[in-house]
Amino acid sequence: MRTIGLLFCGWLLSASCLAAIDPVLLKPLAAEDSDTRIAAIAALAEAAPEEALPILQALSEGSLAIAGERMVIVDGRRVLDAASNAEIKPAPGTIETIGINNRVRRELSAAMAALRLFSAERAVRWQAAQEVTASADAKMLPLLDRALASETDGEIRSRLQMAHAQASLGSTDAEVRLAAVRVLGESSDPRVKQLLLPLTEKRGDGWVEPDGAVRAAAGTSIRAIEQRLAWAENLGRAFTGLSLGSILLLAALGLAITYGVMGVINMAHGELLMVGAYSAWVMQSVFRAYFPEAIDWYLLAAVPVGFLAAALVGVLMERIVIRHLYGRPLETLLATWGISLFLMQVARTLFGAQNVEVANPAWLAGGIEVLPNLLLPWNRIIIVAFSIAVLSAMWAILNLSRLGMFVRAVTQNRPMAGCVGVPTGRIDTLAFGLGAGIAGLGGVALSQIANVGPDMGQGYIVDSFMVVVLGGVGQLAGAVWAALGLGVFTKFLEGWTGAVVAKIVVLVFIIIFIQKRPQGLFAVKGRFVES
Amino acid sequence: MNAVDSLLDARDNPDWDSGTAELGHVLKPGKLDLSHKVILYLEDITVTFDGFRALNKLSLTIDAGELRCIIGPNGAGKTTMMDVITGKTRPDEGTVFFGQTIDLTRLSEPEIAHIGVGRKFQKPTIFENHTVFENLELAMKTDKRVRHSLFAQLDAAASDRIAETLRLIRLDTHGKRLAGLLSHGQKQWLEIGMLLMQEPKLLLLDEPVAGMTDEETERTGELFLSLAGRHSLVVVEHDMAFVKQLGSKVTVLHEGSVLAEGTLEEVQADARVIEVYLGR
Amino acid sequence: MRTPLIVRLGRSFDSRGWLLSGLVAAFALIAVPIMHLLLPPENPLHLSTWFITLIGKILCYAIVAVAMDLIWGYGGILSLGHGLFFALGGYAFGMYLMRQIGRDGSYQSDLPDFMVFLDWKEMPWFWAGSDSFLWVALLVLVVPALIAFVFGYFAFRSRIKGVYFSIITQALTYAAMLLFFRNETGFGGNNGFTDFKRILDHSITAAETRVVLFALSALALIGTLLLARYLVTSKYGRILTAIRDAESRVMFIGYNPLWFKLFAWTLSAMLCAIAGALYVPQVGIINPSEMSVANSIEIAIWVAVGGRGTLIGPVIGAFLVNLAKSWFTVSFPEYWLFFLGTLFVVATLYLPQGVVGLWSRLRSGVKQGGKKAIAAAKGAGA
Repeated sequence: MRTIGLLFCGWLLSASCLAAIDPVLLKPLAAEDSDTRIAAIAALAEAAPEEALPILQALSEGSLAIAGERMVIVDGRRVLDAASNAEIKPAPGTIETIGINNRVRRELSAAMAALRLFSAERAVRWQAAQEVTASADAKMLPLLDRALASETDGEIRSRLQMAHAQASLGSTDAEVRLAAVRVLGESSDPRVKQLLLPLTEKRGDGWVEPDGAVRAAAGTSIRAIEQRLAWAENLGRAFTGLSLGSILLLAALGLAITYGVMGVINMAHGELLMVGAYSAWVMQSVFRAYFPEAIDWYLLAAVPVGFLAAALVGVLMERIVIRHLYGRPLETLLATWGISLFLMQVARTLFGAQNVEVANPAWLAGGIEVLPNLLLPWNRIIIVAFSIAVLSAMWAILNLSRLGMFVRAVTQNRPMAGCVGVPTGRIDTLAFGLGAGIAGLGGVALSQIANVGPDMGQGYIVDSFMVVVLGGVGQLAGAVWAALGLGVFTKFLEGWTGAVVAKIVVLVFIIIFIQKRPQGLFAVKGRFVES
Repeated sequence: MNAVDSLLDARDNPDWDSGTAELGHVLKPGKLDLSHKVILYLEDITVTFDGFRALNKLSLTIDAGELRCIIGPNGAGKTTMMDVITGKTRPDEGTVFFGQTIDLTRLSEPEIAHIGVGRKFQKPTIFENHTVFENLELAMKTDKRVRHSLFAQLDAAASDRIAETLRLIRLDTHGKRLAGLLSHGQKQWLEIGMLLMQEPKLLLLDEPVAGMTDEETERTGELFLSLAGRHSLVVVEHDMAFVKQLGSKVTVLHEGSVLAEGTLEEVQADARVIEVYLGR
Repeated sequence: MRTPLIVRLGRSFDSRGWLLSGLVAAFALIAVPIMHLLLPPENPLHLSTWFITLIGKILCYAIVAVAMDLIWGYGGILSLGHGLFFALGGYAFGMYLMRQIGRDGSYQSDLPDFMVFLDWKEMPWFWAGSDSFLWVALLVLVVPALIAFVFGYFAFRSRIKGVYFSIITQALTYAAMLLFFRNETGFGGNNGFTDFKRILDHSITAAETRVVLFALSALALIGTLLLARYLVTSKYGRILTAIRDAESRVMFIGYNPLWFKLFAWTLSAMLCAIAGALYVPQVGIINPSEMSVANSIEIAIWVAVGGRGTLIGPVIGAFLVNLAKSWFTVSFPEYWLFFLGTLFVVATLYLPQGVVGLWSRLRSGVKQGGKKAIAAAKGAGA
């Protein structure tokens, strides 16, 4: 037992205390001439792959220095001997740092990346493999060969093979180049495409690539990459379209209740979104002031607050104004427009005319890189998920709860519902509050991707009405399809017409569509449908 | 702007260029042809709303000058039938012919009204913010295009006709009142008066005596009887006493098709009709 | 027997109407020139440039309000896109004003400044002929009318009505606004047209020009009212209101509502365009924000406040709201939206017939006294 323990200790020691490097190898690193230094870097990396890394690291950070005849590494107050990695006591008197130029720096980082390819940690190797892919050339081939021989991880291997192929492009052997071009055809990186493109071009009278077979293979590979790139690009558009659609959906779901189910045109709907968005800002300020350590979670608190704040505004609106205007849709439209102006001015008075800044919590930053040119940002993914959750909750409320049953009853036959004891007045208020609350939730979501300011609601009102009109009145399913369809359609259109024209085209499309199908996508047919 | 006329001229009537020539009379497109003494043919009409068959292979003919009553329980398809005739609802299948030549399924509501089909709704529909006089003036048979309405002036003959109709519907002292202020029965009468001003060949009347007093009902019956012969009338009614007063041929609709046809007595004796009305 | 049209047109106004129009015309044609041009500024009766511009502007708005009332009050069609036609008229006339600048712009080019700025070498095709006053006057009438006609034809043919129609018109003006915001559209993008120098070779800032424009606006308003009055008292007007109240009945007595609505709609758009063309030289600027959704809805509130279904109502409404606006924006800019918002709510809740309706209710209230209380109690119970 003790023997094993000792052996183990000995192994640890040998791993941490690296063998010393011949100082002769280090000397040329301080040479005046860049070529010499580059050669020295290569030689050092070749001779002692493991020990060289800290030295090169120090060189790139500007902490490698000359103290008399010795190369030293300055580490804070300590001064280490570069060759043996041992601390020098007392510290030498005169220390002269070695500066490097850009050319050397480039070589240096490539060399360091190559060295890290042999690191014991997978993450470091993965990082290094990506770095060498960016700058692989023929000189690195022996290194890549060795790394490939020792690498066991599949993902890193395929990365290295890519780098190897890239490096082999410069080979004089046509066969090697051909193999490389074929391997590169598997890539979906736009940079690889740039690398292959010259091979199919002419320079002067002759081709850049003399061998016809390689040229043909390069063409095939480029097409394959392009196809994959286009696919990723479309996938990306579909996703942004989907996320735009889910924002439209969140904005329109509340309208689907107030307009679709209750027949109330609420022009202040955009301002209810604004109430939700300002709720997020208020919660952020509250957390900053009182719970700074939990600032990342303010958004979770903003969800119920946004819902309740908007619902409260909605209930007040219904009680004070809208209930007196049922059955007079045009007047309702004008009155709610008045309310929207009022709410905008309230926001301006309370929070100022400028946009306020709502920060994404740390857990919403970044995203998932699905493909080299396709990053799905977390905030958009969360919004899609959030809108699905809100949609399901709303569906459940309308179809499973007692409130939902009452709402549907009032929608279908108000006097009859009243006769059988449904409190129609209260149901109207609650349903309106629910629709407003959902707009508030939409506002909380919007605060994560859009500007929050007094005018923000105005930008969404036309869009959300378009969704409801397109989807058909009183139809949740219609609103969903219309929102997603509009979102994706708009984003694809933006790809080749630009944002403004896309928006105009979409509006014109809806105007034409409504001519053809005045009842929307999901028309309710029947003898009861009149004007 | 002359949508009605130009459309009618351009319409390719199926019967007009072939087949009927040997019958020995000249056909004019867009003109009502009553050569077979039949004003309205409904053949195999089917109308479906979301899977519900409102009309199911309904076939019916109305003779020129005939007064016909249509009865049937709720949901039998009476109102839908009127919607089909007046162009409000397009049938999924079947044909509707006005006279021998005019295919009503191809015309719009105003066009159908213009060629001589008048309709009274179940709920009296009049222009409540216009005077009784103006209601009749607007309904009067005349050029109904925008251009004409911009410069139209009421001549003496027209005023006389309106006054005559006012007397007929017993509203002659109400000419200057707003129509919205009339009683329910008076509104029914006004709507009938508007129909008459249109001078239609065929009148479709949906529950014309609902909400009328007994006396008003009886007078309405007399009016209808006096109209029959010059006009064809189709009356949908629930009030059996009224149907009896009219004493005309009766058609019973049930679940979107004709269940029985005959005099009121015959129909009332029909076992199937009794079953439909009284249940098993 | 037939009365000539001109006589019937003349009879559209009753004696009170003619008296009022005469007073307005006398004010615009005689009093304003004297008080603005002849009286020295220190005279208390002197009308300032600010006053002339403000009232001239409101006169144009009043034309728009009457046009809106024609289709909303009488036709039952609420347009939330009338700002579009107003702006199109303004833009069409603005093209002429831009050409009148000539080489006096900052770049001393024959092209309008914004085109030089965009590095355009020649004018787009639709600017052809814009240096001719007559051609532009034709454009003012034809372009908005054509757009209104085509849009209205399809919308009314598909029987789009009520709020659906309102929302679609809103989308229309919104789309147009986005279009005009683009520089590539060829109408000056964000900034629109401004810095006008001349109109028909007269200085646009000269007092005489202002007075003439003011008089023209007043006459245009009287003309609009006369035309509107003729229409609503004609058989056409009765059919239009009949369509508003019971469209299906109108159809079943043989009128095609499509053409009746379309006529009112197109005419209304043309009146707005004329107002826009008179407005631009007086305020000296036209930009895409005139097409904003908010502007179009504001037109509706002028009509609602004044009283729809009457012709004097919209004029009163346009004056009241816009005078209030100019007072607020000077004295309490931060309260203007509160006021306007409240106005929308109050007008719809408590003033279904606007101030005109309120006035006649008050008058009959004085006459009838106690009956009003009973009626009010009944109304509350219903």
